[in-house]
Amino acid sequence: MSPTMFDRYLRAFSETLTMVSISVAISIFIGLVLAVTLVATAPGGLYPRPRFNKAVSVVVNVFRAIPFIILLVALLPFTRLIVGTTLGTWAAIVPLSIHLIAFYTRIAQVSLNEVDHGLIEAAHAMGFRRWHIVRHVMLPEALPGIVGGMTVCVIAMINSSAMAGAVGAGGLGDLAIRYGYERYETEVLFQIIVILVALVTTVQFGGEWLSRRVDHRR
Amino acid sequence: MVREFAAVPAVVDEIPEAAPAEAHVVFDGVGKTYAGGVRALNGVSFGIRRGGVFGIIGRSGAGKSTLLRAINMLERPTEGRVLVDGVDVARLSEADLMRLRRRIGMIFQHFNLLAAKTVRENIGLPLKVAGVPAAEVRRRVEALLDLVGLSDKADVYPAKLSGGQKQRVGIARALVHDPEILLCDEATSALDPESTASILALLRDINAKLGLTVVLITHDMAVIRAICDEVLVLDGGDIVEQGPVWKVFGDPKGNATRALLSPLRHGLPADLAARLQPEPPPHGGHAVLALRFTGESHPDGVSLANLLALAPDAKLLHGGVDRIQGHAQGDLIVSVPVAAMRSAVGARFSPDSLKVLGYVAHDV
Repeated sequence: MSPTMFDRYLRAFSETLTMVSISVAISIFIGLVLAVTLVATAPGGLYPRPRFNKAVSVVVNVFRAIPFIILLVALLPFTRLIVGTTLGTWAAIVPLSIHLIAFYTRIAQVSLNEVDHGLIEAAHAMGFRRWHIVRHVMLPEALPGIVGGMTVCVIAMINSSAMAGAVGAGGLGDLAIRYGYERYETEVLFQIIVILVALVTTVQFGGEWLSRRVDHRR
Repeated sequence: MVREFAAVPAVVDEIPEAAPAEAHVVFDGVGKTYAGGVRALNGVSFGIRRGGVFGIIGRSGAGKSTLLRAINMLERPTEGRVLVDGVDVARLSEADLMRLRRRIGMIFQHFNLLAAKTVRENIGLPLKVAGVPAAEVRRRVEALLDLVGLSDKADVYPAKLSGGQKQRVGIARALVHDPEILLCDEATSALDPESTASILALLRDINAKLGLTVVLITHDMAVIRAICDEVLVLDGGDIVEQGPVWKVFGDPKGNATRALLSPLRHGLPADLAARLQPEPPPHGGHAVLALRFTGESHPDGVSLANLLALAPDAKLLHGGVDRIQGHAQGDLIVSVPVAAMRSAVGARFSPDSLKVLGYVAHDV
């Protein structure tokens, strides 16, 4: 491998890492906030606001329904507003985050909903404030599912970031398409596949290990 | 310990006359209709004595869970009032209700312990969220772990505990605010007989040591017999009867009560039932009698001499006597030669009720 080619791999790898880590961090934070909001404002929840709940749910569904490559293009004006450009790694982070927020909100919502209602009733009986119930009961009890969901998200992000090449964001997926597919350098294509498989496997095992660490249910 | 609640200027309602003066909790025409129109409680009124162990029993769907949850407003009644120390709990603000709930501990059938927290963290959490300093939390948790006998399990997670141990953690957690009332929601229904006995003994012990009022709901009369002073029988949202446990056990008035008591009663064994004839056989034979002692007329016990005086040939076939709150009571099934029976019964020996079940030709 020529030094220039090696540099390209290294750059693509770091671009993928940047896109994935930043958008995952943003989306897990906002997604968790939205998931708690959805669970708490649901009918029968801690702060029941059925109409507000419905509205948030519809917005989340809209973003869940749009395929990423279309969202990437549709959000271009918004992206320009936020990061000042429609090209490059940072321009991809905006649509990637929004795409992932919607996805992670639903995953976290399922985990939060699975918290046994008896625990929430017990917390009420012990004189907990509603915020304490979220902070000390719902979030810690849902943690194994929340962590498991993060693993799924990171892997989904590695996938979606391959499409970010469309706005010149670079990354491993972009390198594979430009060299491996458009220039018929099959070798590059296979090498990137191997790198991606290794990356996904590491994330998966790491996530499973972390999930087990925080799960005290057995 | 200073009760934070005492400082709250809450409205004290006049206590309904039906309630005993020392009542800790008073239900005054409490009814509940659910949103779908299902009626769980039909306006019930009764009082719960301070410092006692009060049992509420009923079949599934009798409304006992709704009744229990009305005390700490986990479920709001749609009619009537619930007074705790004379205060209408439905009219408390959110902050006052929270203070009230800290004075009322609660334990649950499925324990409801946090899986993500250790035993120590589970017990200490209510204090932590109430803003109690960490050192004080630690001291209090140690004392409670000692009280429930789980000092060696402080740092394990609930998943590693047996059912009985989990309920002990539940009890410790419920006592963490030094409550005046302890609500027990089917606390032993998910436990094996051995753990049930030890948890009931612990509850009785806590009631005696700490003097708090215990209110429990159950569908098992054996639980009532084991620890309650007073029992209220609920059926279809109505009170069937209420009174000291020995009285209700000795002389149940309602059909629902009798049905709930039947597993504990000594009924007629099937083999004997098959041999009974309605009329005495021509040549003597034996009468089979059911004697019932309610605990009213022979509270100290059933005299064996009297039993023998019934007839020298009398035989005890089946039965048992329980001592409940110092009152001996139970059912005895005896056989007596027909000739001897006529003169003996009534004259020398009088149970609280006597029924001739039938006759058998030969000695049984």
